[in-house]
Amino acid sequence: MPRPDRSTILDARALSRALEHMAVAIVKLAHGTDHLVLIGIQRRGVELAERIAKLIETDRHVTIPRGALDITLYRDDLETIGPKPVIGATHIPGDLAGKHVVIVDDVLYTGRTVRAALDELADFGRPKRISLCVLIDRGLRELPIQADIVGQVVPTNPGDRVDVLVKELDGRDEVDLIRAVPKGVTA
Amino acid sequence: MTVGLGKDLVGLAALSPEQITLILDTAEPFKDVSERPIKKVPALRGKTIVNLFFEDSTRTRISFEFAEKRLSADTVNVTSSGSSVSKGETLVDTAKNLEAMRIDMVVMRHYSSGAAEFLGNRIRSNVINAGDGKHEHPTQALLDLLTLRDKFGRIAGLKVCLVGDVLHSRVARSNIWGLTKLGAAVAVCGPRSLLPRGVEALGVTVFEHVEDAIQWCDVLNVLRLQLERMEGGFIPSLREYYRVFGVTVERLEKAAREITIMHPGPMNRGVEIDSRVADGPHSVILDQVTNGVAVRMAVLYLLAGGKPELADAAKRGAAPD
Repeated sequence: MPRPDRSTILDARALSRALEHMAVAIVKLAHGTDHLVLIGIQRRGVELAERIAKLIETDRHVTIPRGALDITLYRDDLETIGPKPVIGATHIPGDLAGKHVVIVDDVLYTGRTVRAALDELADFGRPKRISLCVLIDRGLRELPIQADIVGQVVPTNPGDRVDVLVKELDGRDEVDLIRAVPKGVTA
Repeated sequence: MTVGLGKDLVGLAALSPEQITLILDTAEPFKDVSERPIKKVPALRGKTIVNLFFEDSTRTRISFEFAEKRLSADTVNVTSSGSSVSKGETLVDTAKNLEAMRIDMVVMRHYSSGAAEFLGNRIRSNVINAGDGKHEHPTQALLDLLTLRDKFGRIAGLKVCLVGDVLHSRVARSNIWGLTKLGAAVAVCGPRSLLPRGVEALGVTVFEHVEDAIQWCDVLNVLRLQLERMEGGFIPSLREYYRVFGVTVERLEKAAREITIMHPGPMNRGVEIDSRVADGPHSVILDQVTNGVAVRMAVLYLLAGGKPELADAAKRGAAPD
């Protein structure tokens, strides 16, 4: 079996630039910050949402409400993957009615996580609008879901892995693509 | 790395410290679910759960039912009176008939020790023991552990004394297993007639006098005097029991430190516990009830997803997003 092939897609500087672009795009999409709420998906989406919120706050001198969503209990695949060892916290900042919620996640792949997040958000209230913002779009959707804001598009194959590393959890900022089969070799 | 629970939850005697900790950790996010505007998550949507109760229960049955409903499972309650059980059907026949209607889990309370394990070995559905005779009541001990962990931040090193009717108490047995496995020091205290012979072999200290227990412990778990299981002769009278073993404000005031008070319910006020203690500032009795729903949600969730054939399917592919 061929060794997996790891390459860096974004280094720390590129990741931080991507987040700056995403922060600007979010403010533009929401026509300002008045009704904006950022909700990160556990775990790395929460860190990314936090960083984007800080960027917007520094730039606009406002406070951006943010929350965290753990979608484990809303997954449709408990049967196939079994329970996740430990479920993270879900925290929604106040009433979502009339708000523009931007869901932040690290990687958009099949779309099932986002589907679960939309279901879970609906149980917390009725935002005026929900948008999706992801750092990496790796394609291969299984549901009709697209992101409004994407940091970087990375075409991948199903066996590949995209690892998003963030300083807070992993000690460094980096996005790696791990190819199941090295380039040029047909599976 | 992955710790699972297997098919059934029969008791804490069979669980490792890691498995017990997994249940407690999984219970944490489920506490929040009960505080949400919509107290429901779809994790067990489409699962059918039968609550099969051969003995009376209010708290445990309702707590399980809330846990099941908040996970979106469909539930049916079967009690021995008013069902074919009262016509003489055996336990296995009852369960096999239920299984023929395609159920996924059975939560069972039974008056015979060992009934849960017996049933679990004979049906495909997951079996959760909601109390079997004098054997175990694992979810009660788990909710006690969760309540202690909330209050003290740890279990290891705590000194916990179970006071009263240890002989008839499945709660006591499950608590002894759970507490000792997680590193707490456990003692029992009660009249000799209500302590099982050889209880020291479970690794517990025995106190003859409740005053000594109070000097020693951080936590008193006051057991219910199970009057319905006593055919007489265990204690001279309820008044005498209260006079000698009752957990009263006067006795607790002599303690060197504040003592946390637990009781699995239902309480016999004025028999094993003074009302002023039960309702006092150091009582966590209602926290126990709140935590019961979260712990049961965790157990249901872990068992529902932990079927061996599913683990195999997961190994064959279908990697998570």
